[in-house]
Amino acid sequence: MNLKKKRTLKRIFGLYLPLAAFLFFALFPFYWMLISSFKSNPELYNLKANRLWIKSPTLEQFQELFRRTAILQWLGNSFFVSFLASLISMTMGIMAGYALARLKFPGAQAFGMATFITYLVPTTLIFIPLASVVQSLGLTNSIWALVATYPTFLIPFSTWMLIAYFKSIPKDMEECAMIDGCSRIGAMVRIVLPVAIPGIVFSAMFSFTLSWNEFVYALTFISSTTQKTMSVAVPTELIRGDAYFWGELMAASLLGSVPVALLYSFFMDYFVSGLTAGALKG
Amino acid sequence: MIFTSQARPGISRRRVASVLKPEALTGYFLISPAVFLMLVLLAYPFILAVYISLSDRILGEPGKFIWFKNFLKLLQDTFFIQTVWNSFIYTISTVFLKLLFGLALALLLNQEFRYRNLVRGALLLPWIVPTSLSVLTWLWMFDSLFSVVNYILLGLGLISKKIPWLGDPFWAMISVIIVNTWRGLPFFAVSILAGLMTIPRELYEAAGVDGAKEFRKLWHITLPLLQPVIAVVVLFSTIWTFADFQIVYILTHGGPLNATQIFATMAYDVALVAGRIGEGSAISLFLFPALLIVVIFMLRYLRQE
Repeated sequence: MNLKKKRTLKRIFGLYLPLAAFLFFALFPFYWMLISSFKSNPELYNLKANRLWIKSPTLEQFQELFRRTAILQWLGNSFFVSFLASLISMTMGIMAGYALARLKFPGAQAFGMATFITYLVPTTLIFIPLASVVQSLGLTNSIWALVATYPTFLIPFSTWMLIAYFKSIPKDMEECAMIDGCSRIGAMVRIVLPVAIPGIVFSAMFSFTLSWNEFVYALTFISSTTQKTMSVAVPTELIRGDAYFWGELMAASLLGSVPVALLYSFFMDYFVSGLTAGALKG
Repeated sequence: MIFTSQARPGISRRRVASVLKPEALTGYFLISPAVFLMLVLLAYPFILAVYISLSDRILGEPGKFIWFKNFLKLLQDTFFIQTVWNSFIYTISTVFLKLLFGLALALLLNQEFRYRNLVRGALLLPWIVPTSLSVLTWLWMFDSLFSVVNYILLGLGLISKKIPWLGDPFWAMISVIIVNTWRGLPFFAVSILAGLMTIPRELYEAAGVDGAKEFRKLWHITLPLLQPVIAVVVLFSTIWTFADFQIVYILTHGGPLNATQIFATMAYDVALVAGRIGEGSAISLFLFPALLIVVIFMLRYLRQE
């Protein structure tokens, strides 16, 4: 009896309570974002009410957001840029990853090292000169500037993820196909890619998320309202001078967060295994 | 192979031969798009960054070459010295907090309990959601008048008067540290958890038979075996935090009184707001030594493996 009691206490203090504290810390901002976006302005700014709950939920903030701002355009821009940048990066990443995993050629190791190092280069190190490169390519103020530059941090990441993945696939199948007269590239496309789909899905999804969340380049290269993506449009277009429309800001933040949260909840298992594989592989 | 086994071709011929093999040609073909893109949009801008940092270029004018004057000027600038300090405080304290709590959280998540996958997924959210948008929520939570954090702390009786989260130099630094820890904790927890899962259970059982207590098991088994994962996670996070931009830009914009200004936000302000592109590039390049140190560590570490 006593032992059982001791075990329960240990379970509560050693697991449930600390875990609850972590969950509260991690999730409270999202709860606050959610309830702030469904409150009317009078309720939002009423300091006397119970602020942790909604008395009369309303869609006012969303209606105002859709009426007054280009939010649909920003969401569309985010989708467009993230999709295209991921597509480009995945194509190049699959090609480079396969080459590094399977083929021997002088310079392969150096290229592998170079991609690894570029994976660590922060965007804030080169955003100033990159702005002038973007300008000389005639892409300033266009979402194409983002489609062109995002692959620079997506390719190193996806290449490294995919090298590990391709290496885990046995070589025999490709070799058989090549003996039967298939070319190297034919074997890669027909035999290896179908087997590698889980790794490819994970990399593609993570590339999409990284593009969707990118901030520094989008802030630097784009200033016109219609070309902005969600991550930059919300903090720059919805705050005017000293005026903060918190209800609308939270509603817009919610709309910008839900797509990646959904994407990630569908592929959660891929995500955790891929993430940890990436972290362990180093 | 056939070629090289013939009467001793020179190294260069052997090299040429291996470069011309069909396998090598396929390899070069496959990496060429990635190489091209990286050269144009990564290597070239980096060289350009060095070049611009050695000039007095301002927005709209090419400027002239002034050698290291930007760097020398910065090293005497009290604002910049403060930025350097702030960046170190920000990075060291957040990496320490993320490691400490990340380890604790990973140890919790490594236990068996119901809805474990759901909890693990929920805890990852701060890391997955666009940082600029979640930081806006924190900005609202720290609002001088409507701060819900103060509302809760006052309600629980933990504080007796409102904390000026973003309005006071000391509390502003605390605020950006809290938010950075919040955002980065999941990455630490999940990576360390993955490391924990690779530790064989038998080790703990054997230690248990020998009468070792929980803490001793943690100290003598878990931590030493986690060392590789921790090294990688800490190095990655150090780089990301040192070069961080969004949290400070949105939460405090470097203020009040430059109390939270860090490298990237100062570089942005100097280059793109004030228009002194040469000087701004020089500030950005101060991130490079940090990157270099981390990369050297990583390469040495990987070689040992």
